[in-house]
Amino acid sequence: MFTKFFYTLKNFGVPVSMNEWQALLEALEAGMAGSSLTGFYYLSRAVLIKTEAHYDRFDMAFAAFFGDIQTPEGLPDKIWDWLNKELPELEITDEMRRNHQQLDLDELKRMLEERLAEQDEEHHGGNRWIGTGGTSPFGHSGYHPGGIRIGGDSRNLSAVKVAGMRRFQEFRTDETLGVRQFQVALRKLRQFTSRLEGPETELDLDATVNKTCDNAGRLELVWERPRDNAIKVLLLMDAGGSMLTYSRLCNQLFTAVNRSNHFKDMQTFYFHNCIYDWLYHDSTCRQNDYTDTEYILRTYSPDYRVIIVGDASMAPYELMRVGGIIDWDLHNDKPGIEWLRRIRQHFEYSAWLNPIPRNYWDWMDGAFTIRKISEIFPMESLTVDGLERAIIALRSKQAVAAN
Amino acid sequence: MSKKVRRYETSTGYRGSEDYIVSDDLRNAVNIAIALQKPLLIKGEPGTGKTMLAQSIADSLDKELIIWNIKSTTKAQEGLYVYDTVQRLYDSQFGEGDVANIKKYIKLGKLGEAFIASEPVVLLIDEIDKADLEFPNDLLWELDQMSFYIPETKETIQAVQRPIVVITSNAEKELPDAFLRRCIFHYIEFPDPEGMETIIKVHHPNLEKRLLEQAMETFYMLRNVPNIQKKPSTSELIDWLQALVVGGINPNRIKQDLPFLGVLLKKNEDLDTLLNQLHGKTQTRSPNYASSSLNRYRY
Repeated sequence: MFTKFFYTLKNFGVPVSMNEWQALLEALEAGMAGSSLTGFYYLSRAVLIKTEAHYDRFDMAFAAFFGDIQTPEGLPDKIWDWLNKELPELEITDEMRRNHQQLDLDELKRMLEERLAEQDEEHHGGNRWIGTGGTSPFGHSGYHPGGIRIGGDSRNLSAVKVAGMRRFQEFRTDETLGVRQFQVALRKLRQFTSRLEGPETELDLDATVNKTCDNAGRLELVWERPRDNAIKVLLLMDAGGSMLTYSRLCNQLFTAVNRSNHFKDMQTFYFHNCIYDWLYHDSTCRQNDYTDTEYILRTYSPDYRVIIVGDASMAPYELMRVGGIIDWDLHNDKPGIEWLRRIRQHFEYSAWLNPIPRNYWDWMDGAFTIRKISEIFPMESLTVDGLERAIIALRSKQAVAAN
Repeated sequence: MSKKVRRYETSTGYRGSEDYIVSDDLRNAVNIAIALQKPLLIKGEPGTGKTMLAQSIADSLDKELIIWNIKSTTKAQEGLYVYDTVQRLYDSQFGEGDVANIKKYIKLGKLGEAFIASEPVVLLIDEIDKADLEFPNDLLWELDQMSFYIPETKETIQAVQRPIVVITSNAEKELPDAFLRRCIFHYIEFPDPEGMETIIKVHHPNLEKRLLEQAMETFYMLRNVPNIQKKPSTSELIDWLQALVVGGINPNRIKQDLPFLGVLLKKNEDLDTLLNQLHGKTQTRSPNYASSSLNRYRY
């Protein structure tokens, strides 16, 4: 009977497998939900969900699936029995709306007490007694603009309400997250290198001893790859004014990259809106403190992973035209897009992280330049999911777009 | 699935212990894990009592606790057994001991210890994310079947009594899906002020009310300072209260003076951030800096 719930979860992007589902059914059979919806909520969450990042999706799926179920407590059972009856849909006409003036709460409470004292049978439809449907101010599924809904949330926190609160929203991975999560994501950049790259230069003592013993004492050396990381990172950050909105997010990424001490080398440069002949050494982009982009292209080996962080939105001429640079006292001989293409072509692995959420890219002010630049670099939004996708791009060489 | 699921009884399950406050959903998760005989994976901010939980389970169910601390160099094999080949080599060269008896050189690891214990024990695998990425995968079979094979002695070590396995993680690494699928998962949330008060009362039962109030207010204020990298956690608050009591600090001065701040904030950057904010010296640039797109040049 819960199979539908399984698919609801899947539809909401919660990865559940048959294994876990089986475990849940076992647990239900053992009576561990305690036949309450709240119990079922915690049970199914504990069994099915494996990371806090999915708590929010689970809450949403749960609320969507069980949202109609109310688990009220605290009124006489008899009344709940009456209310639990199926009923036809109620059509609300304008006339009905007019007939019902708002009652004030005290009045309502008094009336409810009266009814509770007087009523001794079920009512469905009708306009006076506690029941389902109808237009009495008391009961549920009926219509009364100011009535008391009996069958609503109980004083106890019902599971649907717990789920509806979405307390775990901040743990979604498609949302932007803090330094630590970025760090965790960046670690994936190591996983690749320490396993697949580099020569086997380190003596594996344990394996050597084992092998030697297997050989009855004749020495046999076993080598393994050193565990340090061969990855080098070149981080280019936009320090332009339009990036100020995202400074906190960029700071978090920056801190994460800086703290990821597993890179063999990590260099950061700054640019203002678009990359031209110079890359600056700090975020103020002072004109006397820079390195020539040409020099970087010459000296940094192509295996540097290039991560560019920028909103990529600027005036089209800033990207496309000679002399389009926004700093009015500077001049560029080559359009910015030319520089971007050269960077892309020189470095084998590169990715562009954009702090603007992806669904804005098509209609933002800078939609044109965003599109142009994402034709050159694989562009991802600056979220944990985006970073992970960018890292995948940073681990595989991709064809550089021609022209 | 051949495993027998024990009938779930609330009366015999885990109910928290005197020195450990457990939330309802965490207690549920513990009991679910015990009943389904699956490892319980606990995640949460540092200092939310992940490690303490195992101790508490062991205490309340009156079982022995075996702790396997994971380090970055720990290998899964070490938890099962270590074959001391070097010792054997030595012994054979110097003619000491009975080299033919391999059993002598097999030393069981923490997991092995938990398996051969005659009473069911609580096994804590602490900070599993510290180890290599493949580490959890290497333990799949052993945790599933609760047995492992020692080829050197042609022995199979089978758990006498299924241990209750608690695994903690600080989310430094993603754990593999296959491993997660076998676990019951719970994320310990940071306690709200009310929950925090209960926790503090367990550790400092005789705390002066005013001191507690002021300290709590300051504590949550600090946690809400934006850009703090390592937010102070429960265990730091408890230490700080201890320091305040020992130092005889006047409760009314706590908020202004922020005494023993080093107990709460462990990073220089965080202290700087806080001081900057307190003195109104924000490091952001003037707001009109970003105002118009034409004007988005530095000042």
